[in-house]
Amino acid sequence: MTAFFGQWLPYEWAWFLSTIIGILLIALPLMLGVAMIIYADRKIWAAMALRRGPNVVGPFGLLQSFADGLKVFLQETIIPSAANKGIFLIAPIVTFTVALMAWAVIPFNSGAILADINVGLLYVLAISSLGVYGTIMAGWASNSKYPFFSAMRASAQMISYEVSIGFILICVVLWAGTFNMNDIVKAQQAHVWIVNGFFINPLLFPMWVMFLISGMAETQRAPFDLTEAESELVAGYQTEYSSMAFALYWLGEYANVLLMCALNATLFFGGWLPPLDIPVLYYVPGFVWLLLKILFFFFVFSWVKATVPRYRYDQLMRLGWKVFLPVSLGFVVVVSGYLMFTRYGA
Amino acid sequence: MIQIFAFYLFAVMTIASGAITILARNPVHSVLWLILAFFNAAGLMVLAGAEFIAMLLVIVYVGAVAVLFLFVVMMLDIDFAELRAGFIRNFPLGMVLALALLAEMVLGIGAYRAGALKLGTPDGTATTAAGASNIEAIGALLYGRYLFLFEAAGIILLVAMIGAIVLTHRQRGDVRGQNIARQVARRPDEATVNLRPEVGKGVTL
Repeated sequence: MTAFFGQWLPYEWAWFLSTIIGILLIALPLMLGVAMIIYADRKIWAAMALRRGPNVVGPFGLLQSFADGLKVFLQETIIPSAANKGIFLIAPIVTFTVALMAWAVIPFNSGAILADINVGLLYVLAISSLGVYGTIMAGWASNSKYPFFSAMRASAQMISYEVSIGFILICVVLWAGTFNMNDIVKAQQAHVWIVNGFFINPLLFPMWVMFLISGMAETQRAPFDLTEAESELVAGYQTEYSSMAFALYWLGEYANVLLMCALNATLFFGGWLPPLDIPVLYYVPGFVWLLLKILFFFFVFSWVKATVPRYRYDQLMRLGWKVFLPVSLGFVVVVSGYLMFTRYGA
Repeated sequence: MIQIFAFYLFAVMTIASGAITILARNPVHSVLWLILAFFNAAGLMVLAGAEFIAMLLVIVYVGAVAVLFLFVVMMLDIDFAELRAGFIRNFPLGMVLALALLAEMVLGIGAYRAGALKLGTPDGTATTAAGASNIEAIGALLYGRYLFLFEAAGIILLVAMIGAIVLTHRQRGDVRGQNIARQVARRPDEATVNLRPEVGKGVTL
């Protein structure tokens, strides 16, 4: 795109303009996607509970999210008098911004990526580690007990699961031999026989299972939604929020869930590659395959949310530190040892 | 042009947020400004072409260290008046420390400008070629020339971690721990007993 605008503009301005357009091309469909995915989440959850779900606004209730958005938009923003005003207002903005930032390095097709940087995966790790600040700042600035407990839980939970996510990603990086997201996708082509994706690899399949579960913990989805456990903490860190600030948390949460689905698809299921390495399948554009994979993983997330009861806090910590950390660390040794003896010579 | 603009933006933001970190009255605000300073420093490193270090700075300092800072500072009950009371008493010591740091920085920059240090590839001939990946260059150095130091640092950190756990861990006798494997292994026929006690008589378990 830079080359296209470069015909009329100097390079810097062409780059600037094409980057802005690229951001809009990702962010606007993503926001629309978040609105629809909230509807899908409620429908899937309702179907599993033998309810109807939203079915009044628009055909099949399709416009429910927009109606909710409009309602929230028209409400008054209430700031508690004892709250730390500046941080209270910045916190939802941080959550929302961080949820959008990581999409910069997700490849939508071969080379169709906003920032094709050679530390792409590290960038994702860095941005996902920022996500906790929105929760902590909200919990502290609200100056209220339940949000504060929620912030404490969130910080401990996210740090715990980031450790094992880091080790899992190291296994993927070792196998792909690069941190660049586009090259990681390409490394998965015809990984075993004609199947595209690392998940088919016996050494990486357990890593994918752990990544899926850690992703749920990282995005604070059920069964790990201890930060907003309604039976203990009212609404967790969002308790004091209303109006658009509350909506920003909602949108940010679902954008993060979609990001986790996209990471599952990109790192273990071949991203924009078709599932099988057959020439006919390559006629379908890459972003369609990626979208289908994201939707599949989102269904898995919703399915788990609808069926699995919430973890107790000590169980959550036990799973993170006593199960995932040793197992993922062991697999780093096994994977690097295997690659040492096969690919790089003993 | 855009590089110059970005450099001055990041540099000014780093220094300003660093200054506000020590000037802010609320310690939580201080930590948040410190995070902004880390973030802008990472931006400066990206501009200098050290994107690997920049990402590690964000992951390690912003993602883990600052969260723990915030965690601790939020729970502290700090008396601000008492905190500032020692300012005059500690001022000379602070000045000495500041001068020592300034001298170190001047010496370090002077030595770097004089070209006395051979920073570069393992044989010390040249710095890394432009275009070579940051990660590969650092990996080659860490696992080649500095392998012993790297592993020594790792062992020291491991020992420190084990030491911290040993020092702070206390075994409490009154806690009933959960053994998940045992719970899963239980079967209904061995977990439940069907008793029919007579009226007015209890059951011994």
